Amino acid sequence: MRLGLVLSEVGQGLRRNLSMVISVVLVTFISLTFVGAAVLLQMQITQMKSYWFDRAQVAVYMCTEFSTVGGCDQQVATPDQVALVQAQLEGATLAPFIDTFYFETQQQAFENFQEQFAGDAVADLITPELLPEAFWVNLIDPTQSAILSDALGGLAGVESIVDQRSYLDQIFDILNVSSLTAIGIAALMLVAAALLISTTIRLSAFSRRREIGIMRLVGASNRFIQTPFIIEGVVAALIGSVLAGFAVVGIVQFFVQGYLAETLPLTSFVGLSDALLVVPILLGAGALLAALSANVAITRYLRV
Amino acid sequence: MIRFDEVSKVYRGTARPALNGVSLEILSGEFVFLVGASGSGKSTFLRLVLKEERPSSGGIHVLGQDLGAISSRKVPYFRRNLGVVFQDFRLLPNKTVFDNVAFTLQVIGKSKGFIHEAVPDALKTVGLDGKAQRFPHELSGGEQQRVAIARAVVNKPAILLADEPTGNLDPETSAGIMALLERINANGTTVIMATHDAGIVDRLQRRVIEVIGGRIVRDERGGGYKTQAHPVVNQGFGMAPSALPVVAPFAAPTSVGEQR
Repeated sequence: MRLGLVLSEVGQGLRRNLSMVISVVLVTFISLTFVGAAVLLQMQITQMKSYWFDRAQVAVYMCTEFSTVGGCDQQVATPDQVALVQAQLEGATLAPFIDTFYFETQQQAFENFQEQFAGDAVADLITPELLPEAFWVNLIDPTQSAILSDALGGLAGVESIVDQRSYLDQIFDILNVSSLTAIGIAALMLVAAALLISTTIRLSAFSRRREIGIMRLVGASNRFIQTPFIIEGVVAALIGSVLAGFAVVGIVQFFVQGYLAETLPLTSFVGLSDALLVVPILLGAGALLAALSANVAITRYLRV
Repeated sequence: MIRFDEVSKVYRGTARPALNGVSLEILSGEFVFLVGASGSGKSTFLRLVLKEERPSSGGIHVLGQDLGAISSRKVPYFRRNLGVVFQDFRLLPNKTVFDNVAFTLQVIGKSKGFIHEAVPDALKTVGLDGKAQRFPHELSGGEQQRVAIARAVVNKPAILLADEPTGNLDPETSAGIMALLERINANGTTVIMATHDAGIVDRLQRRVIEVIGGRIVRDERGGGYKTQAHPVVNQGFGMAPSALPVVAPFAAPTSVGEQR
């Protein structure tokens, strides 16, 4: 009986305020889509980080006859110097931190380069002498590349020690900035959504102020008066959230999996399971946002 | 039933109090006229009884409850003991007579069965049986006020507050409404009615409380709109002594406790 009464009030409110309700639906839809996109982007970054950082190596470049930096003096590192570095890597100090390492000769480096830049004009200009010999080291903990720099940095014949993660970091910085942008836009949109919801509820309460006045007069409990309005806001926001959920799943299904994954087959992308994880977050966020802002809006009408 | 102890009410942003040191007691089953010019504090008095406002100072007891001690969450439950009628009826235009009266019971969670018994009963009391399915705009002013009264008494409140219930009605219709209020009063409901209608007050000869500038200047039983016989309270409540006739107190309710 009471539930039926509350629901019929909700239905009346939604119908009476249809255009405002539609705008609430649209604004929550768009803002939550941004939230979803930001969350997915963060997931993507985490996923790529763990994928690439595990594969990221530390390169210990030996001197070439052209290099002047580090312990080099325009001389190719001698076999003795190379052996010394290798001994260090196998020694008791560094060995506990190192998973595996291998040595790359100038010729191997040249072949790798040719393969990587096949068809590029630069491939024709490079000769094996230009490329340094290198030890490629896989660390057990990829964040500890500083240990190698400390131990090997000063040795004669070592040109430089480069952590590949430093290249990756730049890429991730860019991705991070774009995800932060998405979050920023989402936050602004959410503020707009919250304000719009509370305005809508206030309008709805205003159009029913006679009923509310009488309800207060005859002793309807505050909760009874509030509930239809809160449900009204939550229903509108939930419709928007569901649309946002569809949008997020659609983006992952058709854009990420359908387009990006085909174009860049080597990278792993977020999948449908990740998107489906985001959907309940969006629904919860939408409902909570609406309930709170509707509650704030309607409480003003109930001050005794 | 209702007791005011030195109650003052100053609205925010105004210097002059709407009620100023008002003390009075209204007993169960009384019929009280509240008279005075517009802005004298009659409506403030009714709003305080309803706990729509809280007093700036002083204590109010209604139905044995200290209004200052009722949390705002409990106020709705307190109000279920009161019925209220206004000059402008305040009916819901999109609901039928039946639904207007039933609305009161619906929103306080009464069962369908109870509503279908109580509403026709209340409509019969006010003489509107047979018009349950009409809409307010199809009724005359007097009939609309009867619907409002039915709504106010359908939950059998102990107190009925009426704020100028006859203000919009012609004398003949007013007389009908007053007969109805008297009948409700005769059934045990305390009725407090704010009014400007001198004719009604003079004719009914009930307790009259006159308020001027937020102070009670006269409280007499069996009084008229202007006459000043039998004052219940002869302490001057701050007014000039000369304005108050010195007459022996009539049944002054000095030690009546919080009875309902």
